[in-house]
Amino acid sequence: MTDTIANRAAKATPQKVARKIKGLSDRAIAWIFVAPTIFLLLAINIFPLIWTIQLSFTNYKANRLNREPEFIGLRNYERILTDSDIWLNMQATAHFLFWTIALQVLIGFTLAWLINKKFKGNDLWTTIIVLPMMLSPAVVGNFWKFLYQPQIGLFNYIIAFFTGKEPSSFEMLGSVQLAPWSIVIVDTWMWTPFVMLICLAGLRSIPDYIYEAAEVDRASKLRQFFTITIPMVLPFLMLAVLFRGIENFKMFDLVVQLTGGGPGSTTELTSINLKREAFEKWRTGYASAYAIILFVTVFGLASIYVKALNKVKER
Amino acid sequence: MSAYSVTEPSTRSKWFAGSLVILYALITMIPLAWIMLTGFKSPSDAISYPPKVVFEPTLEGYVNLFTTRTRQTQDFLEANPPQNWADEIVREYDMVIVGPSKFGERFLNSVIIGFGSTFLSIFLGTLAAYAFSRFKIPLADDLLFFILSTRMMPPIAVAIPIFLMYRNLGLSDTHLGMILLYTAVNISLAVWLLKGFIDEIPREYEEAALIDGYTRFQAFYKVVLPQAATGIASTAIFCLIFAWNEYAFAVLLTSATAQTAPPFIPTIIGVGGLDWPAVAAGATIFLLPVMIFTILLRKHLLRGITFGAVRK
Repeated sequence: MTDTIANRAAKATPQKVARKIKGLSDRAIAWIFVAPTIFLLLAINIFPLIWTIQLSFTNYKANRLNREPEFIGLRNYERILTDSDIWLNMQATAHFLFWTIALQVLIGFTLAWLINKKFKGNDLWTTIIVLPMMLSPAVVGNFWKFLYQPQIGLFNYIIAFFTGKEPSSFEMLGSVQLAPWSIVIVDTWMWTPFVMLICLAGLRSIPDYIYEAAEVDRASKLRQFFTITIPMVLPFLMLAVLFRGIENFKMFDLVVQLTGGGPGSTTELTSINLKREAFEKWRTGYASAYAIILFVTVFGLASIYVKALNKVKER
Repeated sequence: MSAYSVTEPSTRSKWFAGSLVILYALITMIPLAWIMLTGFKSPSDAISYPPKVVFEPTLEGYVNLFTTRTRQTQDFLEANPPQNWADEIVREYDMVIVGPSKFGERFLNSVIIGFGSTFLSIFLGTLAAYAFSRFKIPLADDLLFFILSTRMMPPIAVAIPIFLMYRNLGLSDTHLGMILLYTAVNISLAVWLLKGFIDEIPREYEEAALIDGYTRFQAFYKVVLPQAATGIASTAIFCLIFAWNEYAFAVLLTSATAQTAPPFIPTIIGVGGLDWPAVAAGATIFLLPVMIFTILLRKHLLRGITFGAVRK
């Protein structure tokens, strides 16, 4: 009968062909699944990037709609790279980057090392310590501004309590000397847990038998720390530094809420400077060139760093 | 007695480590605790010197956060007795509540944009992650790196052309515009994390389903999706937290209809400058959900913050 013939035919069809008849091929599914993501990124990331590159060669101002942008070649780049004020912004960014990373690595690693002593309840305390890093940086910046108020702020009060100074005698946000440190303190408060978590994962990845072997060889605890712990955690630590480096190079929300770049431009990190050029002075072409320079810098530094990281991992 | 182990720290060093960690945790909690306390203070208590730890709690900050008020004449106040507890609180300042503030609206915007973009990034991200995990895609590594590298750009740099593009397309200050933008930012995280989670599901499950006559697509949503549910849920929370916390794009691209809470909270102005209890109340309401999610997420936290690079 036709029915059984059809059945027999179905059974005889190779699996692959049968699947193709029933559904789409794997290849087609792969493309259907990946395409929307790629399309979205092209539309909202790559197209804007290309547009920024194009704008960076013009003197376009986004607040003047009826004026045609003029092509001015590399003039914007020239102006940025020879502008001494921008180097001041770069210096402020470098200060911020260096100290936040140094402090976060130091405190974060120490905390991870202590937590790894596996005292009772360490999970609970780890969860509590981690809380600040998940919060909105803008809101965090805003409430730290309250803590930093010279007369009424809790931070000034506590510092004054321990140093014996008048709480109103120093302004964390208002003085040229202290403002760069005030942003370092808040960023460290917020992001130390990040470094800590990654270090903790590193410490926990070290198998016990390595220490046992070292103990058999009568290596001192100090020696074990420098020849086992540090080298084994290093790749993790470097990864943490990479993430913090990229994030803090982009830093905007926290600092804009805390100091707004002030006093003067002492805490005006490159992102804040860029925002001023682009959305306050409306020098769109100039700001685009600036954005490209920043992007190339991050990308370049990150790529070099990733190479170094891979070398450490291979060891 | 348990066996002696060289890797097990001594009781004394456990005590020492434990107390230092607890000390750090307590210090690190002071700013958060302080802001939550400030939400329940009266404006004068909030700015008193020395800072008050003990005070009479009031809901004034919360009332000010959610309402707009005007000062009224004595006659008017006498003619209109307070109708509820919130009214009574503002009467102390000779004021009446005239309507809701913008906070509710901004908070709702945060919810809509947060959930909208999370849904979209998870939907697109799961599909892409499955494809990257299971199929041979030409240049897969390069594509994955390209997806990640979009995260390296400073938001302000991306905001310049997005601002122009949205202005031309009429997407500025719209929910849809913000949802699309946050999806584009989050998709890199979603794809990387989800690929990690799907990689961990044995291929044999799907292969068995395929032999049983499922199509590839059926195998995907009947076998792989349920297996990846935990991973999808934690990825979703990460996307949600990012969209919830985002400030730079929100402040540059939205002003009224689609403005989210982070740019709004710092602008809450009271009589004579910033109304700190109201600001603190807003911050508390805004931060609490994230804290709860963080506690729920704690097992996958590390994976989420490192784009799946470190797994525990």
